[in-house]
Amino acid sequence: MIATDTLALLPLLLLAGTAVVVMLGIAAKRSHELTAALTLIGLAASFFSVFGVTPLIPRQVTSLLLIDGYALFYLGLIIASAAAVVALSYQYFAKHDGQREELYLLLVLATLGCGVLVTSVHFVSFLLGLEVLSISLYGMVAYFTGRGHALEAGIKYLILASASAGFLLFGMALIYAATGTMAFSGIRNLSLGGSNLGLVLPGIALSVTGIGFKLGVVPFHLWLPDVYQGAPAPVAAFVATTSKTAVVALLVRYVAAPRQLPALFLLFSIIAIASMCAGNLLALRQNNVKRVLAYSSIAHFGYILVAFLAGSTMAAGAVAFYLVAYTVTILTAFGIVTVLSTTEGDAADLEDYQGLFWRRPLLASVFTAALLSLAGIPATVGFIGKFYIVASGANASAWPLILVLVLTSVIGLFYYLRIVVTLFSAPPARQVSMPKLDWGSTVVLGGLAVLLVWFGVYPAPLLTLIRTTIGRLN
Amino acid sequence: MILIFLITILLLGGILAGIAARWSTCLPRWISLAAIAVDLAFAAGIWSHRSLSASQTWYDEVDWNWIPSFGIHFHLAVDGLSLLMLMLTFFLGTVAVLCSWTEIREKIGFFHFNLMWVLAGIVSVFLAVDLFLFYFAWELMLIPMYFLIVIWGHERRVYAATKFFLFTQCSGLLMLISILALCFIHHQTTGVYTFEYSQLLGTTFPSGAELAIMLGFFVAFAVKLPVVPLHTWLPDAHTEAPTAGSVILAGLLLKTGGYGLLRFAIPLFPRAAHEFTPVALTLAVIGIIYGAVTAFSQTDLKRLVAYTSVSHLGFVLLGIFSWNALALQGAIMTMICHGLSTGALFVLVGGLQERIHTRDMDRMGGLWTVAPCLSAAALFFSLASLGLPGLGDFVGEFLVLLGSYKVSVGLTVLATLGILASTFYALRMMQRAFFGPNTNSWRLPDLTPREGLIMTAMILGLLWLGFYPQPVLNTFAPAMDNLQREVQMPAAALRRLP
Repeated sequence: MIATDTLALLPLLLLAGTAVVVMLGIAAKRSHELTAALTLIGLAASFFSVFGVTPLIPRQVTSLLLIDGYALFYLGLIIASAAAVVALSYQYFAKHDGQREELYLLLVLATLGCGVLVTSVHFVSFLLGLEVLSISLYGMVAYFTGRGHALEAGIKYLILASASAGFLLFGMALIYAATGTMAFSGIRNLSLGGSNLGLVLPGIALSVTGIGFKLGVVPFHLWLPDVYQGAPAPVAAFVATTSKTAVVALLVRYVAAPRQLPALFLLFSIIAIASMCAGNLLALRQNNVKRVLAYSSIAHFGYILVAFLAGSTMAAGAVAFYLVAYTVTILTAFGIVTVLSTTEGDAADLEDYQGLFWRRPLLASVFTAALLSLAGIPATVGFIGKFYIVASGANASAWPLILVLVLTSVIGLFYYLRIVVTLFSAPPARQVSMPKLDWGSTVVLGGLAVLLVWFGVYPAPLLTLIRTTIGRLN
Repeated sequence: MILIFLITILLLGGILAGIAARWSTCLPRWISLAAIAVDLAFAAGIWSHRSLSASQTWYDEVDWNWIPSFGIHFHLAVDGLSLLMLMLTFFLGTVAVLCSWTEIREKIGFFHFNLMWVLAGIVSVFLAVDLFLFYFAWELMLIPMYFLIVIWGHERRVYAATKFFLFTQCSGLLMLISILALCFIHHQTTGVYTFEYSQLLGTTFPSGAELAIMLGFFVAFAVKLPVVPLHTWLPDAHTEAPTAGSVILAGLLLKTGGYGLLRFAIPLFPRAAHEFTPVALTLAVIGIIYGAVTAFSQTDLKRLVAYTSVSHLGFVLLGIFSWNALALQGAIMTMICHGLSTGALFVLVGGLQERIHTRDMDRMGGLWTVAPCLSAAALFFSLASLGLPGLGDFVGEFLVLLGSYKVSVGLTVLATLGILASTFYALRMMQRAFFGPNTNSWRLPDLTPREGLIMTAMILGLLWLGFYPQPVLNTFAPAMDNLQREVQMPAAALRRLP
């Protein structure tokens, strides 16, 4: 039994092992290439072990972790996105002097935290995963301490994340007091039974605060634009994709049927509507591409909440598909920001993108595709994602939420188009030196662009994969 | 399989044209022309070999599984209605390439790439009979059009292009909600998830839902058509677009709205459409008169032509919602002839702007003396536009009025006023721009052989449609019978309208 349990945990164990190896590697020889290579090898091993574990599922490992199709699907997504971030980071950090190696260590640890989150079915593992993730992120966000906004972003993230973790803990305590269990399944059964709702509801509401903070949905979104702006571009990509994916996966498992608790449904509806409106409206006034992406991500997690709230049979699939779509798209967008960045700072101003299409047509086309995917235009993966969400909402007759989604996403279109117009406008007179792409960034960006269009035009294989894995939840 | 080729040839042609611009400025133009010509030949092939057995609806179709978990198929099919629209598309596509031969001098490869892809999108819209595929194509044709306006447009291009995109996207999303609602209602009654047009026909709705769902479709098509008051994007987009963009916008994109109403909005929701008829007919008449009156007060030549489109497409809406054989035939004739006559006017205005760098009628005048052929062509198409008997537009509008007379006498009388008003704006345009003394002493070259060729083809087309429209009506007839079978709208009940 022990051996099988250990085997089932292989992806997580490999992640933890990678962290140790990378740390020892840095201690033995400080080499950027070596560290990045070790990290990538470890992530790759962990990724492939996900497939190896498949015959064992579903398997409950202690009462804390559950390895099932759902967990493995998200593990795969998380590890793959982390690997993409590593590949993008290499060129970005190679340009910088100083100690770059620890970033990879933190990144592997954060990925491990995410992995624990998606497999967790218990408060203890939930909190463990969340804290491993958060504490690694503090370091990653403020990695360039010398840069203008980095420290601000790091401190902001540190304080707010600690506060939200406090709320989360308090919520857990209340729920435990009312139900006497810390396992998600036990809480679900008891809370649906109607006993002690007086304590459970505040408990859930407080824990939602903690989750809402990590997702950056309104009204817990204040840290998000500053962190995106201040953090190095690849780290911002990691915050936007890997860490948020893990938290959404956990949320769906934690609150499997939001419709059965009317108060909770109302709470999430308000959060979703506020996020869609505020995210899209606030993005209108931004001139900084990273901030635009930050506000747009607030809106996108509002969309995801709509699918989550629909709670129909399609909902878990819609959330999973949208997360894949979002991960692919945002990694592409931040990938472009990353490769265009220089040692002086990230390419964040709209001016940095002026006329990019006429100088680097391929890069600009990929960026355009990513923006159109965020806007949900057909032939990109973002469209199928949005279609799936609207479909699951329609299936559950959640018309008000869907109408808000549609109307706010038209507002969203406006600021995506603004960036697109900039890409295609006349290039500036002064000559800007364009960075060369190393093979890692090229492979990652090319692969992401192919996925972005492939899943947008022929999503059937991905849908089947989601159906066969996520379908085993509940 | 031919239907797939129709689309892929355009897509590949676009990519090739984009690459070819590296070596030559002429090559992309020839590649585009060749691609469209091949498509035109294919379409003509379908047209000349068309035959239907009693059970068939489509001349040709392609049906592949696409996204099985939602019951989505890649299903293209062609009937008489689509075929007419395809011919129009390829004809105007050729015109669009030819008329930008000297106008577009920068970024030629990317221009032709976009031109080909917008045509491919339009062709897919006319062929799609799976609602998901239809929506896919509907949205996809926007992007190249957006680029055409935003990169090669005139002064206020960013504003116009953004407005165009937001209007169409917003209405399109409402249609997406409607499509999904339709599918789920169909699923609830039959237990089958499908987006298939032929299966969704005859869906039974819970009370109240049908009208709401139809309105989602109607708004999407009404924005494209355009129906007043959803038309405000049109004057901006038409005016700021490059000539080829205006030709495609006016000639084809607006027609997708009419096509959508004919193919989807009414047959899928016959009862709701019936309830909605008084409103639609009133909107149509408002559009006819409003478009004509506003056109009369324009000084920008291109804007004037844009507003005439609002007026002419009011007739299309009037014809479609009257839904009897005469009115439908009239609507389809108006759609085709408007494509030719307005397309030609945009080519002429574009040619003028290329020569004298203004579209302001106040700065023109007396152009007939220096450019008689160009002015004569303008006169011809103005007369076509005002509905001179013997030219295609007359046939279309006359048939629409005949048909709508059976439905509502009062509205038909008001719509006739629109034809009267069109005389005013067309003649005013001729007087201000082409007749009178040449006060600004303009000296400009007359039509080039290339422009002459475009004009001749369009003049011949309009004359043919005006004197012998029967082939068009024959092509349309079986499709119209199919559509009408789905919608047994009791015309008698409509006579009660004022």
